[in-house]
Amino acid sequence: MSTVKTATPGTVVYAVREERSEGAFRQMSRRFMKHKLAVVGLVITLFLIFIAIFAPWLSPHNPYAVTAEFSAAPSSVHLLGTDQVGRDVLARLIYATRVSVIVGFGTVALYVTFGTVVGLLSAYIGGWVDMLVMRITDMFMAFPYMMVILVVVSVLGPTLWTLVLVLALFSWPAIARLVRGSVLTLKQMDYVKAGVSLGLSTPRIVFRHILPNALAPIIVNATFGVAAAIMAESGLSFLGMGVQPPTASWGNMLTDAQSISVMTDQPWLWLPPGIMILVIVLAINFVGDGLRDAFDPKQ
Amino acid sequence: MLLEIKDLKTVFKTEKGEVTSVDGVSIQVGKGETIGIVGESGCGKSVTSLSVMRLLGKNGRIKEGEVRFMGKDLAKLSESELRQMRGGEMAMIFQEPMTSLNPVFTVGNQLVEAIRLHSDLKGKAMEEYAIEMLKKVGIPRPDAIMKSFPHALSGGMRQRVMIAMALSCKPKLLIADEPTTALDVTIQAQILNLMKGLREEIGASIMLITHDLGVIAEMADKVVVMYAGQVVEETDVYTLFENPLHPYTQGLMKSIPHLHNDTGDTLESIPGAVPPLTNMPAGCRFHDRCAFASEKCQLDAPVFKPVTEGHSVRCWKAQEPEVWQLEPREEEAV
Repeated sequence: MSTVKTATPGTVVYAVREERSEGAFRQMSRRFMKHKLAVVGLVITLFLIFIAIFAPWLSPHNPYAVTAEFSAAPSSVHLLGTDQVGRDVLARLIYATRVSVIVGFGTVALYVTFGTVVGLLSAYIGGWVDMLVMRITDMFMAFPYMMVILVVVSVLGPTLWTLVLVLALFSWPAIARLVRGSVLTLKQMDYVKAGVSLGLSTPRIVFRHILPNALAPIIVNATFGVAAAIMAESGLSFLGMGVQPPTASWGNMLTDAQSISVMTDQPWLWLPPGIMILVIVLAINFVGDGLRDAFDPKQ
Repeated sequence: MLLEIKDLKTVFKTEKGEVTSVDGVSIQVGKGETIGIVGESGCGKSVTSLSVMRLLGKNGRIKEGEVRFMGKDLAKLSESELRQMRGGEMAMIFQEPMTSLNPVFTVGNQLVEAIRLHSDLKGKAMEEYAIEMLKKVGIPRPDAIMKSFPHALSGGMRQRVMIAMALSCKPKLLIADEPTTALDVTIQAQILNLMKGLREEIGASIMLITHDLGVIAEMADKVVVMYAGQVVEETDVYTLFENPLHPYTQGLMKSIPHLHNDTGDTLESIPGAVPPLTNMPAGCRFHDRCAFASEKCQLDAPVFKPVTEGHSVRCWKAQEPEVWQLEPREEEAV
């Protein structure tokens, strides 16, 4: 906003102009900032990314170091207690953030890029190309998702990167279809025709004029994708098909809660990772909502 | 001749098979000339203009005929050769200013993009030129408008921006497809005046597509009247209004509301509608709506030929007035 110091008419005109001439990015961030929950979500997400990056410096203990205190309740030494083999829960929780951030954002970056390009080209080229691509996505979507992931993970070995790859492999068709749908509408728009009539090249029209207009649903879908990937990783790790111990992941930390005695008597073992999953998923979804509103120029 | 359309036949693939939207249309546009194309919705006037730009989409194609522009047959150019022409040598203004600008980019952004493509200007010079163009089309505070998004502008303003974009590369031919239809009447007059002024300044030829004879009277040098995919009458604008020969043209004239019409009068209209492309009547395509139609009209399709110098028409009655019953047949009560 501008600096309206005095209430003279001239200043007011100046203020209006200032608002009009602000850049697209500033306008968007201003709209985003209006969305309180989204801002909170963004802060939490950034905070978790920060933790993931600086885990070695933030962690009070070595997450792999086994101590003599098994299943100790929270104390001043171990703020969140220790697990069944005597490792510090807080340290493991902090290191597990890395897994979630990598899986969440890595998977989404991979499949959103791929799915978007496939969907864009499929819709813009049309004809038999579109037909073929859509049948391939149909095929992917018809697979029993979870089962295939379990099989692939057990064949390739359960590492972090296999997880990212496999989750991405089964997530791109949804984005491709979404993008295709909006591009089919967008390519009929007058401004696309106007672009063609101005002599713009096809890649320029596709990537500069159509893609930005299709971005809002992609972004919303991608944020849900981050949350979904984090949850999928947790689920797989919980089942033992994801990140393998001793590497800590929120999912495999929850594995401990399988026993009734831990469930009832040692809540510090499963409550923190559970809460972390809940918090990050919620935070990211709020960010998605805020971005959707911010990207909509009609607001 | 700048643009010479010869026996153009444009077809579209549909579920019912191939339909002919433009059938044997020939139009010439001289340098600096404004040619108006009039007709009802669905008569093929827009498709004719889109054929010139080759913006027919996936399903449309030019089946026969040629579109000679500056000596080159546009129907045979490759897509990349055509891209050089579009925007540079010929530009287009669309009917809907509200949707013709990309909502996610600023006006300046889009103007500069067009300028970058077809001129040698760089950086700051492009921006200055863009502002100059906005000034030329009568936009107040052009530097503020440069940074606004299209949604902040009114329809008339957006159409001005579109005109600025289309004219920024000094095209030889400007195709305006119903440029004022979506605008308020007062804005219409402003836009028409603007186009008139710029035509003289830039020296471009204009192909003006409209269903509004008032716009034609205001702008055009020569008029082509189209009906059901064919040209039915062609002459200069004065002759057309003075002495319209085709019953369809006469019908169009009568259906213009005038201020001096008596309040009790019903405005005359042409009964019926343009026949569907898939089901053209035999003989003259207008015969089932024509008050003068005879048996001959139902059987034989009239040819398009001149009746006097510079005045051609596709109508038996106009071509052979001496053997024709000149009284309109009684309108049957509906």
